[in-house]
Amino acid sequence: MTCRVAMREALRQALTADPTVMILGEDVGAYGGCFAVSDGLLAEFGADRVRDTPLSESGFVGAGIGAALGGLRPIVEIMSVNFSLLALDQIVNNAGTLRHMSGGQFSVPLVIRMATGGGRQLAAQHSHAFEGWFAHVVGVKVWVPATAHDFYWMLPAALADPDPVLLFENVSLYALDGEVHPTDPGPPPEQALVRRPGSDITLVTYGGMLPVTLEAAEALAHDGVDAEVIDLRSLRPLDDTTVLASVRRTGRAVIVDEGWRSGGIAAEVSARIMEGAFGSLRAPVGRVCSVEVPVPYPAHLEAAARPSVEQVVAAAHAALRNEVMS
Amino acid sequence: MTTRPADLELLESMVHQRRFEERCAELYQQTRIRGFLHLYVGQEAVATGVMAHLEPTDAVVGTYREHVHALLKGVPAWQVMAEMFGRVDGCSRGRGGSMHLFSAEHRFYGGNAIVAGGLPLAVGLGLADLMLQRNNVTVCFFGEGAMAEGDFHEAMNLAALWKVPVLFVCENNRYAMGTVLEHSHAATDLAQRAQGYGMAAVAVDGMDVHAVLDAAHEAVRHVRSGDGPMFLECRTYRFRAHSMYDPQKYRHRDEVNAWKARDPITQLADALRAQGRLDDAGWDAMLGRVDAAIEDAIDRAEASPLEPVEHLTRHVLTETVGAAS
Repeated sequence: MTCRVAMREALRQALTADPTVMILGEDVGAYGGCFAVSDGLLAEFGADRVRDTPLSESGFVGAGIGAALGGLRPIVEIMSVNFSLLALDQIVNNAGTLRHMSGGQFSVPLVIRMATGGGRQLAAQHSHAFEGWFAHVVGVKVWVPATAHDFYWMLPAALADPDPVLLFENVSLYALDGEVHPTDPGPPPEQALVRRPGSDITLVTYGGMLPVTLEAAEALAHDGVDAEVIDLRSLRPLDDTTVLASVRRTGRAVIVDEGWRSGGIAAEVSARIMEGAFGSLRAPVGRVCSVEVPVPYPAHLEAAARPSVEQVVAAAHAALRNEVMS
Repeated sequence: MTTRPADLELLESMVHQRRFEERCAELYQQTRIRGFLHLYVGQEAVATGVMAHLEPTDAVVGTYREHVHALLKGVPAWQVMAEMFGRVDGCSRGRGGSMHLFSAEHRFYGGNAIVAGGLPLAVGLGLADLMLQRNNVTVCFFGEGAMAEGDFHEAMNLAALWKVPVLFVCENNRYAMGTVLEHSHAATDLAQRAQGYGMAAVAVDGMDVHAVLDAAHEAVRHVRSGDGPMFLECRTYRFRAHSMYDPQKYRHRDEVNAWKARDPITQLADALRAQGRLDDAGWDAMLGRVDAAIEDAIDRAEASPLEPVEHLTRHVLTETVGAAS
């Protein structure tokens, strides 16, 4: 099934299994979800539990936090990460801090889903990929499904978690098809996974860049390079162990990230590799990130601003020459 | 419905609040309390009059000027004091301080240092009560400064739209830190503004505890009976500085003194004296009881240990999972 259908089925399962689960967000009901993820759920579960909200991102995210404090299991859908900036205070200052500020008395068992990523000519304000940015915030979890299986299984895992979980769904993945195991969730969301084993170089990525990176690994194979691809799956907490074990074997790493380069999650992963596998490195750690420009509208400029298969291949070859692609 | 407290009980409660806050100021000057400290002196009739109508199962969302609300919700005074001392027995294990008092047991949800940050939470708490069919009321306190924030607008619209059982209590003390009401708001009839959201709203003299009691009685009844949210503006005044570093250049001493002449404690005490229900001996005995209780709370708080530094990263995520790497 597609990632879109996988998430819809996960939502249906959650609403069926637990009467305290509800969906809250803009156009989740009558419209069926901006990306048609929740299509059909209103008719099945009613307007109280599949609750359309006014355009009040801070208000309904805060209400989701309050509802979670009050005993519900809300799934808040923010239409896209672009609008989440209007709710940043509630996410950072309430969801992320209430447990700590109360000395551990209050849990915020809230799930916030949001679409992320560019590539659709939506220009500067509608093409953000800020999941790495949210990963800076203590007190929340940041999970990024990249396969249909993870779209399906990360939702119940997030609902079972007593802490706030942000699920970032890259829009480029909604139509992607994949296998979903019907009963076995597999490794927990906070464990990074090797999506393609290899011995020459480690390519670390997540979310919307996983297909790009896997394609690059195939291209590298044609060049005789055996690349390992790691899907981080969770940006907070970050699974160092899997990344470091791979880099210790390959001695080389390139990180592929749709976020901007400066201060991004790629920089964090790079720093951790330096701290944890310095002695194994045979080349500087490379990064392929978005170019530091507000995302432009024209297709050719937008494409040039985003990480591409060609750039990942070039960065891997540079690392194999013990160089960094600038 | 709770029974209405007797006048002498109301007076003693307000005196306790006043003396507690004044002792906090002294302890701050002695550097035993640190951080920001916002005192409720002058505004006692508001929380006292509103919270007299609450049941233990009702929820309260406060602001950073919330010591008194925590006390009235039943959080023991020594645990509030221990919180301000940063001790492990504080009502938030010392992690929050003056601005972040919490108690799950008493359904006291803070303690929020972001102005208007608590309003959406109150909507959500009310939504949970509505959907889980619990007959609770959530009371959300905030100042008139919060009414300039976007979260106020969003929360009021959501609350009225969804008919959640929330009482919004605006403690209008006329100053958003140092900015007077007329410089913050183009429309200064706050209750009228709330009515614009399709919500029942009234304004009341927040210096008169009986007036607040009467208005809050009706407001809590309205909310609890399922008639949707309500807005109550209490017109009050803070006698002391906004926080502890405030030369108060923004208001004239004559204005402060005019409001002090309407001190809610003095008003009630004078009325009781005129009715022959309070005399000097009774007043002195009341002060003695209150002060002894506060000193006991301070001593008990002082005896509480500091949390070991080894516990630094606790309470970030649920303990069974542990802190994120």
